[in-house]
Amino acid sequence: MLKKNEIKIGDTYSEKIVEDLKRTQIVQYAGASGDYNPLHSDDKFTKEIAGYPGVFAHGMLSMGMTGKMLTNFVGDGTLKKYGVRFTNQVWPGDSLESTATIIDIKEEDGETLAEIAIETKNQDGATVITGSAIAKVE
Amino acid sequence: MSKIKMPIEKSHIMMFARSIGDPNPKYYEDDDEKVIAPPTFIQSSAQYDPDYFLRPKIGGDNWFGSGKEATGMKPSGSGSSGGGAAMGLHAEQHYEYHQPLKVGDVISAEVKPGKSWEKESKRAGKLKFSESVTEYRNQDGELIITATSVGVVTEKPVEN
Repeated sequence: MLKKNEIKIGDTYSEKIVEDLKRTQIVQYAGASGDYNPLHSDDKFTKEIAGYPGVFAHGMLSMGMTGKMLTNFVGDGTLKKYGVRFTNQVWPGDSLESTATIIDIKEEDGETLAEIAIETKNQDGATVITGSAIAKVE
Repeated sequence: MSKIKMPIEKSHIMMFARSIGDPNPKYYEDDDEKVIAPPTFIQSSAQYDPDYFLRPKIGGDNWFGSGKEATGMKPSGSGSSGGGAAMGLHAEQHYEYHQPLKVGDVISAEVKPGKSWEKESKRAGKLKFSESVTEYRNQDGELIITATSVGVVTEKPVEN
């Protein structure tokens, strides 16, 4: 858990959340989440019907992996809000790095909260996720 | 009233945590009381939606993924959406956490439609956005998570 006297606005935390994303991991996510959209596992459909160069990751897989960085930063069970926008697709072979930045620290209903901006980028520097979170602070 | 009734189970949490590559030991505890769920775990409530459209149905014959052909979708009468150009993608996802999920909880979901809007984009033509808000409650009716999802249907595949 973040500690009030140890954090300040502008603090950042970064983590590599996946290196060389494997198609198999995308299939694992489909199986666990129950989202079997063929765009994520069916190359023939994705190329010939959907018109994409090949299968790509679920947005929610990218959000889930970004969430790993986030909970490593703010601690387990401290999140009050977590939201993202998917700005670019994530492809097999991509390597992603995710960064959290504290943009505000505030008191609300007797709790101290950190407001956090989130960005996940691929190996080419393209942003694949932008987001925000609010976490309880000790 | 939603048809979703999702039992929160530790083996499901374990599989989900593996799939997002998260080794946090809290997701793999033996003791039910100690297990917690990753922040996006509730998305897997789709497993418990009997009508979820992104899962092939047992005995169903209209799955849109490939088999012998590139799609198993039977051509529709209108012929207007026969191609793959118009395709739904996930644009945004937001969660508000009210209480932690616990192993043994049985979660039900109530989905409410939200706003819808359109936008032109250079990379994918006309974009049609639509929002839905899902309230996840436990067996005692207590609100656990509120989720807001934004989907987008693109006029053509997103240029990369």
